[in-house]
Amino acid sequence: MSTGFTAQVAAVVERDLRRERRRGDVFWVTIPFGAMALLLAPLAIGTDSALLQRIGPGLYWVIVMLFGVLVSVGRASAETQSQRDAVSLLGLDPAAGYVGRSISAAGLLIVFELVVGAVAVVLYGFDLIGIPWLAATLVIVALGLGLLGSIAASLVGSGSAGSALVPLLVAPLTVPLLLGATQAYEGLRLGDSILPWMLLMAAVVLVAAIAGVLTARPLQES
Amino acid sequence: MPPATAIELRDIGVTAGSTPILRGVDLVVAGGEIVGLFGANGAGKTTLLRLIATLIRPSDGNGTVLGADLAGEERYDVRPRIGMIGHTPGLYPELTLGENLRFAARVAGTPDGGVEASLDAVGLLGAIDRQAGASSHGMQRRAEFAKELMIDRELLLLDEPHSALDQDAVELVNGLVGKIAANGGAAILVSHDRDRVTAVADRSVDLIDGSLQ
Repeated sequence: MSTGFTAQVAAVVERDLRRERRRGDVFWVTIPFGAMALLLAPLAIGTDSALLQRIGPGLYWVIVMLFGVLVSVGRASAETQSQRDAVSLLGLDPAAGYVGRSISAAGLLIVFELVVGAVAVVLYGFDLIGIPWLAATLVIVALGLGLLGSIAASLVGSGSAGSALVPLLVAPLTVPLLLGATQAYEGLRLGDSILPWMLLMAAVVLVAAIAGVLTARPLQES
Repeated sequence: MPPATAIELRDIGVTAGSTPILRGVDLVVAGGEIVGLFGANGAGKTTLLRLIATLIRPSDGNGTVLGADLAGEERYDVRPRIGMIGHTPGLYPELTLGENLRFAARVAGTPDGGVEASLDAVGLLGAIDRQAGASSHGMQRRAEFAKELMIDRELLLLDEPHSALDQDAVELVNGLVGKIAANGGAAILVSHDRDRVTAVADRSVDLIDGSLQ
């Protein structure tokens, strides 16, 4: 990885986070809606605390997956043609752009996971066990969603698919992450090994990263 | 040093789906030359600029820009040598003018120190912390010219370069174009304002229904 590549990645991450700080889409729209979804579920299914404790982790991860894809796709597809042209003519390596967008999306998703996670713990009362492993799960899921969402955003940007359709196409690709995250928590709760689930999620991250880097140029040019 | 021939297009065609946008375009622009490009709305001017900027590939014909084949991989390498300012701003409205230029400097690998000097040159140093989205259209265009000043460009493609600019800024733009041409680079100015462009251009061409006249 050249210094130019890492400098470009850093520039894209900084740009995206500054834009988000000023727009506030994630902080003032996505996070409150995610928390609202967790709040509404007990109203719909009743206040059986044992049931809520059992379904809480699964519900939390479903919300993270669905909102996570929307965060990644929505941010990157908000770029105009003029902005994309200007960045191309600066000599931005499309792979650096992809990695930078994915990292900034992952950073925002970690904040989303932590805030919505705190709401979930309070509402559903599930145990915070194996905190280092839980933290690793949050980071891996955020990275995976950021990487997958940025591929989806590139598809939208290239005009290969519509912005309404792409999140629906990407959502199934997040299933291994959803499975891994929920089963890892269950494994921690029961004292089982969670290594296979962590490896599954890491594999998704790796495949998405490779696919995204390899397709970054063709998608930009299509 | 820019090549002797900045742009060479031979029988270029561009189609969008089944609709022809450009047909049989031949154009040679030498280093040091400034060309005015005129045409009605929908004539294909923006498509021609984006093609010369290597952002789209020709459907027919062939050509080179700054020595790079328009259909080859080497076109990616010449992009940082090409500056283009379209009629819609390419700045990020949430970022300040300074942040926009600093981002450009970091991606292009030019020193951050050029940001202040470039904004000063276009009279925007005092607005360095103003968000682009809160700046007037004229200020945004000045900031885009500041970006082009900061980066060492050899070919400048300007769509309506004088629109929304006051007389000082018009002279500034003409100065930038003249400087690039004096260094052996080239420029194409797309406009509806023939008088202003012919005053600075070496020659003019008309694009009518996708063909150069």
